[in-house]
Amino acid sequence: MSAQELSTQDVRHIAKLSRLAPNDATVDSMRATLSSILGHIAKLSTVDVAGVQPMAHPLSISNRLDADEAGETLPIEQVLLNAPARVERFLAVPKVLDEGGA
Amino acid sequence: MTTQAHACDGLHTIAQQVRSGTVTASARVESCLARIEARGAQIHAFNEVLAADARAAALRIDACVQRGESPGPLAGVVLAIKDNIATKIGHTTCSSRFLENYRSPFDATVIQRLEAAGAILIGKTNLDEFAMGSSTENSAFGPTRNPWDPSRVPGGSSGGSAAAVTAGFCDAALGSDTGGSIRQPASLCGCVGFKPTYGRISRYGLVAFGSSLDQIGPFARDVRGCAELFAAMSGSDRLDSTTAPLEVPDCLTQLDEPLRGLRVGVPREYRSDANSPAVASVLEDAINAYRSLGATIIDVELPLTDVGISTYYVIAPAEASSNLARFDGIRYGKRAEMAAGDGLEELYAKSRSEGFGPEVQRRIMLGTYVLSSGYYDAYYNRALQVRRRIREEFDRAFERCDVLLGPTSPIPAFEIGGKSDPWAMYLCDVYTVNTNIAGIPGISLNAGYSQEGSVSLPIGMQLQGPAFSESLLLRAARMLERALPPVYPA
Repeated sequence: MSAQELSTQDVRHIAKLSRLAPNDATVDSMRATLSSILGHIAKLSTVDVAGVQPMAHPLSISNRLDADEAGETLPIEQVLLNAPARVERFLAVPKVLDEGGA
Repeated sequence: MTTQAHACDGLHTIAQQVRSGTVTASARVESCLARIEARGAQIHAFNEVLAADARAAALRIDACVQRGESPGPLAGVVLAIKDNIATKIGHTTCSSRFLENYRSPFDATVIQRLEAAGAILIGKTNLDEFAMGSSTENSAFGPTRNPWDPSRVPGGSSGGSAAAVTAGFCDAALGSDTGGSIRQPASLCGCVGFKPTYGRISRYGLVAFGSSLDQIGPFARDVRGCAELFAAMSGSDRLDSTTAPLEVPDCLTQLDEPLRGLRVGVPREYRSDANSPAVASVLEDAINAYRSLGATIIDVELPLTDVGISTYYVIAPAEASSNLARFDGIRYGKRAEMAAGDGLEELYAKSRSEGFGPEVQRRIMLGTYVLSSGYYDAYYNRALQVRRRIREEFDRAFERCDVLLGPTSPIPAFEIGGKSDPWAMYLCDVYTVNTNIAGIPGISLNAGYSQEGSVSLPIGMQLQGPAFSESLLLRAARMLERALPPVYPA
């Protein structure tokens, strides 16, 4: 791993994957700061990790399963109080499929 | 001044007085509200003060006492809650424009447990947006100021909670700690902040940032206060499958009894040149204090200390980029205005770009990058390998000592606006991130002061212990607290 200098195109690609829409000025400043941060992160390559198992989590836990029984749920009306747009008891979203469907 | 005196009482004393009827919960709430009225606007510790709800809760507790029923071990204790912990009352904003109007339909498990113990919520405290920061300057609602010197930061990300406890706006508070976000502000404000072992306290209702690192913990004016909140809210929870299915040992009964034969490890790397002279001097004071209490001081080595920040800034953003994907503008939170022809993708991207501040966007992009095809092995997987080595390094150190002592932060509180480079800000957490990476407990408590001109600034020391060693860690912290007692601003 060597220090990574990102291009403007790289930043636009990462932004797309991140579901962000930065303007040109933001892309420029992001390019500079992300490149600088990645330069510091490159320090990880100085650590010998040969044969070391990755540790994704501090606890050695396995799945904990609940009994498969219906429990209480939040009332729909209450949950929809936070909805940015709704139609009756549904969340309103932009049309995803064309008329006639895919 | 009675309002000042009350705020210095321990939680235990407060609860006893309320249960016995010598002080009403209502009077205690009014006293906190009076202090918030006097200094709240200057410090800006709160995003929202819940005066009406706090008064109503106090009346319920007072009625309970009048009926001769027990209102619980924390009766009348006034709590401030970091605004990334879900509460049914008030808003839960994470100090983000994205969640500016969000009201949680449920309470976090910790809220349920603390309210059941008789605690009263007085407000939601400011933080760096989504807990991403070390100064509380990244809040969409403006910075919190340090009660010792309002031109300085309180630390972060739980800066509002640390400032509220220090200023006496409440008796205690909750924060969350992903890389130091409880301990570093506790150090910069001069109160006590405790991050328990990962898995000890339910994260249900904590807005997720780095799920393998996040932990809720208490702030109080003394170690006992933190221990009491810890006792009331810890333990396994069906609603958080990452809580450890272990009994929580009693941390209160023997808290004041000094530990005999305590072995205090001082890592060579914690005596770094990066420490300010005042911090270096307070560390020596703390070492001497333990020595005079009969503890054995042991030199240990933690050579991976300085790769902690690099490791953290791969793992935490990676987890954040995944966790924050839920903020899509569909079900709750910010939804951007749509232009003609915009579809779902535009709705997501515009809502997130308008709703998230620069630091949050930076971390999402960093996390997305290190998880992306072609870079996953070089960054994310490698960071997870280094993570195991960091954990093993702690395990080896704890074969030789019971606790590790060092500064919480290399510097005292800095000026607002004083750190504009992100990496310089990230380095504030050089001594705290590895605690989360390893999943072990850590506590910060005040041990001295730095004189900066006419201003006195607190300096905190951190103690870390093995996983699930909270009982011992709190006792060791209590020893230091008695030897070097803190003071609080009037």
